[in-house]
Amino acid sequence: MSVDAESTQPILQSYVGFDSITSQIEKKLLKRGFQFNVMVVGQSGLGKSTLINTIFASHLIDSKGRTQPDEPTRQTVEIHSFTETIVERGVKLRLNIVDTPGYGDQVNNENCWEPIIKYIKDQHSSFLRKELTAMRDRFIQDTRIHCCLFFISPTGHSLKPIDIVVLKKLTEVVNVVPVIAKSDSLTIEERIAFKHRIKEEMAFHNIKLYPYESDEDDEQDSALNESIQDLIPFAVVGSEKTIVVDGKTVRGRQNRWGVINVENENHCEFIHLRNFLTRTHLQDLIETTSLIHYESFRSKQLLALKENGQQQQQQH
Amino acid sequence: MAHVRRPGNRKNVKKGFQFTLMVVGASGLGRTTFINTLCDAEVVPKRECDEPEMAHIEEGIKIKPYTVELDEDGIKISLTVVDTPGFGDMIDNEYCFQEILGYLEQQYDDILSEESRIKRNRRFRDNRVHALLYFIAPTGHSLREIDIELMKRLSPRINVIPVIGKSDTLTPGELADFKKRVMEDIAHHKIPIYNFPYDPEEDDDETVEENSELRSLLPFALIGCEEEVTVNGRKVRGRQYPWGIVEVDNPQHCDFVKLRYALLSSHFQDLKEITHDYLYENYRTEKLSRITDSASDNDSNEEDEHSRLKEEQFKKEEGKLKEIEDRVQRELKEKQQELWSKEQQLMSLEAAQVQVQ
Repeated sequence: MSVDAESTQPILQSYVGFDSITSQIEKKLLKRGFQFNVMVVGQSGLGKSTLINTIFASHLIDSKGRTQPDEPTRQTVEIHSFTETIVERGVKLRLNIVDTPGYGDQVNNENCWEPIIKYIKDQHSSFLRKELTAMRDRFIQDTRIHCCLFFISPTGHSLKPIDIVVLKKLTEVVNVVPVIAKSDSLTIEERIAFKHRIKEEMAFHNIKLYPYESDEDDEQDSALNESIQDLIPFAVVGSEKTIVVDGKTVRGRQNRWGVINVENENHCEFIHLRNFLTRTHLQDLIETTSLIHYESFRSKQLLALKENGQQQQQQH
Repeated sequence: MAHVRRPGNRKNVKKGFQFTLMVVGASGLGRTTFINTLCDAEVVPKRECDEPEMAHIEEGIKIKPYTVELDEDGIKISLTVVDTPGFGDMIDNEYCFQEILGYLEQQYDDILSEESRIKRNRRFRDNRVHALLYFIAPTGHSLREIDIELMKRLSPRINVIPVIGKSDTLTPGELADFKKRVMEDIAHHKIPIYNFPYDPEEDDDETVEENSELRSLLPFALIGCEEEVTVNGRKVRGRQYPWGIVEVDNPQHCDFVKLRYALLSSHFQDLKEITHDYLYENYRTEKLSRITDSASDNDSNEEDEHSRLKEEQFKKEEGKLKEIEDRVQRELKEKQQELWSKEQQLMSLEAAQVQVQ
């Protein structure tokens, strides 16, 4: 029927009750719990572990920094993954944090991004394999990286050559959210100028950052996405320590010249990042990973397999 | 700023003197701002905002010397600051070390060849670098591989003084821990940095106290700032954050003042002496023994060069001797002539006298 659905929508004579499907779904999902995989990439000493612990308000991971003199410096990038389940008002979140110690720390950092890209692709690959198996699990455990937090050093100048190379490669395979680490070393003016430079450079190199534009977005979504895009990269400060400010206990850093309140919007953009990741875009991050990045990986793989198959047939 | 003048154990050179300082560190650690803060003037121009298309281009390290005339409490200092933009910015930074080392050794080579000349140029400019400030990133952990490598490779040729750039990003507790770990790392890797040496037995109490205080501050926590802000009604050099103001010249906030005093007033002499008497001498010995070694091995160009140089020197010396001989002869002749004419005068006087009688 090519008639417009709206004009022929039947009017219900009495209450059916299918509107409760949302709570039926919620119940099921609550039982199952949610899975969120986040990766952190950046030079050592930029506060990556501290930021994760600050966002999720709990001590989840330890810093991998070199603290003992007899500890050797890492010669390659390692991939460390931790899983913790956190619960908030009955909602279970299985959080998988992937740390990448050693990135950008050597004198020669040529190809230091390869282990990271490989890891991301491996997760897509293992998911695809599980999907294609004849006897597959009912719910395939999702280890695909939903979000990659990329830490930019607060130089105040511009992106480094290595940042640009890595951002280009990462944005092709995963949702990338750039943050300016330890932004308490920049004054407000410096921060504004720095962000402006970074945005220019990313635009010049056509680096596609999350959130992506979508046809499905309504006005509200677009407005929200635009405001996020304006803020990116988030200038953040992390802290697990609490300080008392005006009688209130807040997370912050205490110096001889003042107190930095992590949750104060005038001090840094931590609140915006936290809300973005957990309160507004958590579900979207998971969905885009599946619908965009995984799909693109999947189609490339299957096409390649098909070509391989055809070549082999021709050989016979 | 008032500096305490110490009578007795420091040379008060009113004529003024020269000091060369090199500054090394990855971009964005406050190196350039520090230079300008130290000289209280925009010596190094602010990094220009290049086009966004320049960001991915790896430019490599450049060595840029700037000379400034300073006046410290009436003492004139001709300060040369050597900036090294581009250090550590590339994906592969192996090349950076060689560039810096090459520059330092070039200055030593220039002195070496100048010293070997017979007729030295009195106005020859000594461009040897007396101290190197190495900027460590305020990670809060420990030294990075590039930090260890640089300090290891350069400390045989120059006094290395490690400093922490942008140290206002660390809380006092974090700063103390970081300093401790960095020094432990330096000791563990046996890196011979300049640590304000003193002898508890030979030096006087004042020197021991001063040097041990400076040693305990290593690595110096630095903040750089060229702008002024108003604090409690007075204008100071500082950085204004939403949570407070960091003052560059406040010793509670950073170690800038102490480092500046050490470099430009109390310890520059020591740094220069160590550069000349120890670091340069070591380089000289190494280089000359390399020359003689390779000469004794085979008929190399260096040997010819060396013997040619010697011949040249010999000829020059001969020439000089001859000059002296000639001069002496001339003077002798002149004196003889004088004597002879005086004798003649005497004789004529005597003759005159005889006639009168």
